[in-house]
Amino acid sequence: MLKQIEGSRAMAEAIALCRPEVICAYPITPQTHIVEGVGELVRDGHLKNCEYINVESEFAALSVAIGASAAGARAYTATSSQGLLFMAEAVYNASGLGLPIVMTLGNRAIGAPINIWNDHSDAMSMRDAGWLQLFAETNQEAVDLHIQAFRLAEELSMPVMVCVDGFILTHAVERIDIPDQADVDAYLPPYEPVQSLDPKDPASIGAMVGPEAFTEVKFLAHYKQTHALKLIPEYARSFRDRFGRESGGLLRGYRADDAEMLVVAMGSICGTIKDVIDEMREEGFKIGLVTLVSYRPFPLAALRDALARASDVVVVEKSFAVGMGGQLADNVDGALRNLPVRPRLHSAVAGLGGRPIPRGSLHRLFRQALVQPWEGVHFLDLNERVIGREIHRTGKNRRSGPTAENILKQLAGGRPAEQGRPG
Amino acid sequence: MFEVRIHGRGGQGVVTGAEMLSVAAFLEGRHAQAFPSFGSERTGAPVVAFCRIAEKEIRLREPIAAPDCLIVQDPTLFKVVDVFAGLKPNGYLIVNTNKSFADLHIAEIASRLPKGHAVIVPATEIAQRLVGRPVPNAALLGAFAALTELVHLDSVAHAIEEAFPGKVGAANIAAAREAHANVTQQEIDAGVAHDHAAVL
Repeated sequence: MLKQIEGSRAMAEAIALCRPEVICAYPITPQTHIVEGVGELVRDGHLKNCEYINVESEFAALSVAIGASAAGARAYTATSSQGLLFMAEAVYNASGLGLPIVMTLGNRAIGAPINIWNDHSDAMSMRDAGWLQLFAETNQEAVDLHIQAFRLAEELSMPVMVCVDGFILTHAVERIDIPDQADVDAYLPPYEPVQSLDPKDPASIGAMVGPEAFTEVKFLAHYKQTHALKLIPEYARSFRDRFGRESGGLLRGYRADDAEMLVVAMGSICGTIKDVIDEMREEGFKIGLVTLVSYRPFPLAALRDALARASDVVVVEKSFAVGMGGQLADNVDGALRNLPVRPRLHSAVAGLGGRPIPRGSLHRLFRQALVQPWEGVHFLDLNERVIGREIHRTGKNRRSGPTAENILKQLAGGRPAEQGRPG
Repeated sequence: MFEVRIHGRGGQGVVTGAEMLSVAAFLEGRHAQAFPSFGSERTGAPVVAFCRIAEKEIRLREPIAAPDCLIVQDPTLFKVVDVFAGLKPNGYLIVNTNKSFADLHIAEIASRLPKGHAVIVPATEIAQRLVGRPVPNAALLGAFAALTELVHLDSVAHAIEEAFPGKVGAANIAAAREAHANVTQQEIDAGVAHDHAAVL
């Protein structure tokens, strides 16, 4: 049914349609509306046979989900940013134990400096934790990916993180098609655990494993993710057959077939990039987009095939590894590694801590990649004047004070407060 | 595509206003995207919300820098925020006030817009009287429908009812109808009725 609703509300309705049996929730912006929404659906009886457990922290949220999942229940939770960090130990445990929990990550920057706005640094902090990570481009896809995620998680017995851009998607009110319960029921079979704790048939989950078997257990986790590379497109196809729209899959191209320059990106920024591509195509630029939906598993072969014929690849990502560069660009580089003739790779970081990514800046970025390519990583719309002044200032005075406060002071037009001196 | 930017203060229903406008457009079969300015919102702090309306899917996710219409819920913002930033030369302006553009020192800006594109409407006064609270957002959507003719007043009424079922909704709908009538009368008095409608 078509509705004009907030992305978070739509996701909550989609999650309820998946009939989770245990939902563990702890609020954190910008994810809160989602767990509030499912909470309401439990309370008003829309979602039956579901225990909604308020917990005291994110660590508890995922720990309770692990317990519920190990007991054979379909379990769900959601978080953002520092909340994901706080549950980090449990994040590794969920995947290490092979428990098919679905978690929404309302993508938000990680502090310090504290920042509630969107970027992908939270998802990237757990990219190697063994979860599948799927990124939604639109709120429609966010709805659809949750339905696919439960099926994928349970088939593989591995946890899946559905990454949705905080605020940009979670707080946007737009037209979203909410599937019918009958279709979801037909698409998503009841959860049949491969392992579960049962007092009538005692077993343990979570053995200590020494050097004799640790590699094999880890390899099998990797094997499952490799298998997911086949399942993800298959489930996207069966989703299309039932629901009549394209959602999910490993990746998808936009005006990519004859493109000489291909942009690679994840999440909601792909929408703006598509508009920029249409505008640049009007001017004769042969440019296209590859939207990456599945970041873990990383579709090396599919991406290599998608990018092989381009002469330039521009990776636009909302996160970076300090001291290294863009994580996504690094992974894309891995996909191109063994091509005999490989496209030039340009890495750009944009939208950190919620900075808007306007079309004009993307136009300039894509043109610059052609005429004046840069080394390393380019920070879109970096305020170089502020950076220059701050570097100069800190070089002059050992007790130069805290960076964030001084940058804010500079932007407000005031003088920096050096420690030990009045500001 | 038609882009609306709503300026107000926390507690005035700025975000809800943008959302209700998107629902009104949706009810008429349009695509619409409403979103807040993503701040830590506090009562009284300046707040911005956005609404895009189009005939096809809206993919764009950047904030609205060059609006086709500005709705200003609080005229004290003119001193604090660059409210007019990017307003298109043929754009629309709705200001919630019981003063004149001259009193607010924005007569020159209003006069640069095409005739009949800038109106004042005492939305807070109307809401205070009909809703019993100083929440101007619903009334301003009635004014928007009259000024741009982009959505029907009935769609605005449906959207308000969806957001606020029952008595509160009915009172807000009455406020929207009064603001709509107010702006329509202004347009008739100025001799510009119906020659100012917006197009997508």
